[in-house]
Amino acid sequence: MTNTIADVEEADVILITGSNTTENHPVISTFVKRAVSFKGARLIVVDPRRVKIASFAHQYLRPNLGTDVAWINGMMHVIIQENLYDKKFVEDRTVGFDELKRVVEKYTPEYVEEITGIPAKSLKDAARMYAGAKSAAILYCMGITQHTTGTDNVKSLANLSMLCGNLGIPGGGVNPLRGQNNVQGACDMGGLPDVYSGYQKVIDAEARKKMETAWGVTGLPEKPGLKVTEMIPKAHSGELKALYIIGENPLVSDPDLNHAEKSIGNLDFLVVQDIFMTETAKTADVILPSKCFAEKDGTFSNTERRVQRVRKAVDPPGDIWDDWKITCEIATRMGFPMTYETSEAILQEIGQVTPSYAGITYDRIDSIGIHWPCPNEQHPGTPILHTEKFPIGKGVFFGIEFIPPAEKVDADYPLYLTTGRVIYQYHTGTMTMKTDGLNDRAPECFVEISPKDARQFDLANGSAVTVASRRGQIEAKIQISEKAVEGTVFIPFHFARAAANRLTNAALDPVSKIPEYKVCAVRLAKAA
Amino acid sequence: MSSNSITINGNELTFEPGETILEVARRHSIDIPTLCHLKNTTPTGSCRICVVEVKGARSLLASCATPASGNMVVLTESAKVVDARKQIIQLLLSSGNHNCAVRGGSSDNWTQFQLNVQKDDQSQELCPVWGDCRLQDLAYRYQVNGDAFAPTPTRYAIETVNPFIVRDFSRCIQCGRCVQACNEIQVNNAINFGYRGPESKIVAAGDRPLKDSECVFCGECVQVCPVGALVEKDVRYQVRPWETAPVKTTCSYCGVGCQLYLHVKDNRVVKVTGVDAPPNNGSLCVKGRFGFNFIHSEDRLTTPLIKENGAFRSASWDEALNLVANKLGEIKAAHGPDSIGVLTSARVTNEDNYVANKFTRAVLRTNNIDHCARL
Repeated sequence: MTNTIADVEEADVILITGSNTTENHPVISTFVKRAVSFKGARLIVVDPRRVKIASFAHQYLRPNLGTDVAWINGMMHVIIQENLYDKKFVEDRTVGFDELKRVVEKYTPEYVEEITGIPAKSLKDAARMYAGAKSAAILYCMGITQHTTGTDNVKSLANLSMLCGNLGIPGGGVNPLRGQNNVQGACDMGGLPDVYSGYQKVIDAEARKKMETAWGVTGLPEKPGLKVTEMIPKAHSGELKALYIIGENPLVSDPDLNHAEKSIGNLDFLVVQDIFMTETAKTADVILPSKCFAEKDGTFSNTERRVQRVRKAVDPPGDIWDDWKITCEIATRMGFPMTYETSEAILQEIGQVTPSYAGITYDRIDSIGIHWPCPNEQHPGTPILHTEKFPIGKGVFFGIEFIPPAEKVDADYPLYLTTGRVIYQYHTGTMTMKTDGLNDRAPECFVEISPKDARQFDLANGSAVTVASRRGQIEAKIQISEKAVEGTVFIPFHFARAAANRLTNAALDPVSKIPEYKVCAVRLAKAA
Repeated sequence: MSSNSITINGNELTFEPGETILEVARRHSIDIPTLCHLKNTTPTGSCRICVVEVKGARSLLASCATPASGNMVVLTESAKVVDARKQIIQLLLSSGNHNCAVRGGSSDNWTQFQLNVQKDDQSQELCPVWGDCRLQDLAYRYQVNGDAFAPTPTRYAIETVNPFIVRDFSRCIQCGRCVQACNEIQVNNAINFGYRGPESKIVAAGDRPLKDSECVFCGECVQVCPVGALVEKDVRYQVRPWETAPVKTTCSYCGVGCQLYLHVKDNRVVKVTGVDAPPNNGSLCVKGRFGFNFIHSEDRLTTPLIKENGAFRSASWDEALNLVANKLGEIKAAHGPDSIGVLTSARVTNEDNYVANKFTRAVLRTNNIDHCARL
C-alpha cells in the first residue's frame, strides 16, 4: 500500500475494485465501512460479483470479467474530457500525459459500456465522484492482478490515481491489499527471481558486488531466475530437476492443477518444508518439519509495509526447527557454513544489506511496528509513500489499450468462472480446516450462481453439479446467490477435494507471470 | 477561570471543545468507572455507572455523554454519586446469574440461587468470567452485593448452538457494548436491542441464533462484553484468566498484520484477543480470533520424513539434511545451478525468507527463487 490502513478513514472517496474486502480483509473492511457509515466518505465498488462491501457503496459498477483496463480508461476519458483532473499534479509530478490522453480518447462511456457492460451513465457518475474528491483512495486485490492483463490493470489504476493527484497525500493512494501474512516481507526479503532484499536488482553489478562482499562469495548469478509459474512448465519439460518448497502448497493453489501435478511429479528431487502433510508434501522425497508462527521469533511485514514482531508463545510439538535454521543447516552441509544465533541476528544482517530496513531493530518495533522505508535508526519510518517525489523522479503515465481475457465463453463452455476465498477459510485450508467451527461455517466447495442462471440451467439450490473447463472437472454443490451476476459463477479455491484450480487457466500475464485465476470458461451439468 | 476550563474534584482542568466530562477526566488520570462506554463509538449513557455530580444540575449526569462546558464544577466520587453507583450495581447484580462471591446472600439463599444457576448453566462452576468481570470489579470497589433486591428469574435460555460464541442472556446487563462494537466498530450490523422493558434482549436477525444471522463471528462483541454474557465457546469453564499468560504477536492469516495476544496455558494457545494498537486497534476477524486450533493439531509434522519405495519413514535431522544437501549438490553438479528452484513462503518470517534468498543465490548459485505472491 502507498498509504496506511488507518489512512482509509481519511479518504473522501474510496474506490474498491477486485477485492472482496469484507471476506478477505475483514479488519480493513471495518475502516472502509466506518468511513462510509460515520465519516461521510463516498464509496465506489467495481466488481464482477455483488460482494458484500458493494452494499455499502454509493456507486456499484459491475464490469464483465477481465475488462478492467476498459472501465478505468473510460473513467479517465470522462475526467479528462470534463476537465476534472489535477493539472498541477500532472504538470509537476508526471510525464506521459499526452500519450495517456491520446489512448483514452476512444474509451467513451458508450464504447466502454459495449466492452464492460457498465452503463455509460454509471461510469460517468463514478468518474465524477472519484475526480471530485479532495482525496480518493484506491483499494484493490487479486481481482485486479490475477489476469493476463494484471500488470496493465495495476498501471491503469496508478494512471487514474496520478491523474487526480491522489498519490502522496493522506486519504489517497493506490493500495493493494496483501492476501497473506508476510507476502510483503517475502518480496522485501528477495524471495523473488530478479531482486535481492530491498528490491536491489540482480542484474545490477553494484548490487551483486555488495551482496558478494556481505556474504563472502564471488560470482553471484546475474541472470534473473524463474518465476514460480515458469518453474512448473520447466519441471514438466525436464529442465528443472529439483525444487525446495518452503511453506507452500502449489498442488492446490497453482492454476491448471492437472498439469501442475504432472510437472511436479516429473522432478528428480522434491523437498517440502512445512507444518503439515499438505497435498504437495505427499509428493515429496523428503519432508522437513518446521515451526509455526506461534513457536517462532521474527518479523512479518504487513500490507501497509509495517514491520511487526512475531513472538514465540509455545514450544513446538517435538524436535522441529525454525525455517531459517533448517535452511542454514542444508547450506552448511553443502559446504557453505551459515549460522545465526537468533532471528534477531538475521534482522541485523538484513539491515546491513537492505537500505529500506536499515533502521528497523527488534527494540524499535517492540511495542509498535515501523513502516519501511526506514533508512536509519533515527528515522520514524514512512507511512505514506511518494509525498515529495516518486523513486524514479516523475510518475509515468502509460497509455494502455484494453486486451480481452485469454479464454472466452462459447457454445461448449457457456459460463465464466471466477475464483477466490470465503471468510471462514484461508488459502488451501491447511490451517483453517483444523478448526471445527470454521469447517462448520464453510464445510465444502460450492458453485455460486445467480438465480437466473440457475433457472436457465435447471439447477436446484444444494444440488450436485459437475463443473468442467477445457482442463479438468470437479464436482460441487450449487449455491444460488444474489452475489453472483448472470453469466458468471464463482468457486472458492480452498478445497482440495474439489479444487477449483483443476478448472483455472494457467495463461499468464506477460510481465508479472501471474495466472488468470479470475477468468475462464466452464460448463455445468447435473452430477450423475 | 476561562471558558475552556472545568473543575473536577477541585482541580481546574482545560478541555477541548466537544470533549465529554469523562474524556477530560481520563485525560487527566481521574478515574470515573464505566460499563457501557466503548472507545470510538457514540456514547449511549445507558448504564449510568459513570454519573457525576455537576454543580447546578438537577440530577446526576452521565459523564460519558455530557460535554464539558465552561466553568463546570464536577464531583466524581461525592456521596450522592457513590450512592447512585451502589444502587446501580446492586440492581445489576440481582438481575441475572451473577454467581460469584459478590452475589452475597445468606448460605440458604446462596445455595438455592446457585442450584438455579447450575440448572441454567448445565455446569457446577462459578460464573465463567469470574476474575475477569467489570461488574465484579465494581462490586468490590463499591463494596456491595446482590442481596439488596430480589433476584429476577432467567427469561431467556443460553444460546449454545453457535460455533465459537456462547450467548448467556441471564448474565447480560444490557450495557449495549456488543451492539456498539458490532454496529459502529466492525459495522457488521448483526445485532441490536430487541423487545421492550423487562423483555429487552440483544437480538440478531429478528431474534435468531447468531449462526442464522448476518454475524460473521469476528468476536468483537465477546472482547468488549464486560460480564459473562458473551464468552468464547472453547474457553468457557475451560480457562480462567489467572491461569494464562498473554504473548503479543502478529496474526498469521491475511496481510493486515493484526496484533494479537495469544493466551497461553500449559504450553497451549487457549484464547486469542486483539491488541488495542495499530493496525487493528483491538479488532480481529473470525480466523484471527478463533482459527488457531492448527497450532496444536495432531496432524502437525513432528519429525523429518524420507520417502522410500513410495512410503514415508521417520528420519533423524542429520540423515534428512545430509540427504537433501547431497541430492541438491549432485543435481547442481550434474545439471547446473539453474536446474534447481526454491519456493520460499509468504507465511514464514522475514528472517526465514532472507535466509532462503541467501541460500538460493550464494549456495545454490541460481536466482530461481519465488513464492506465492502471484498465486
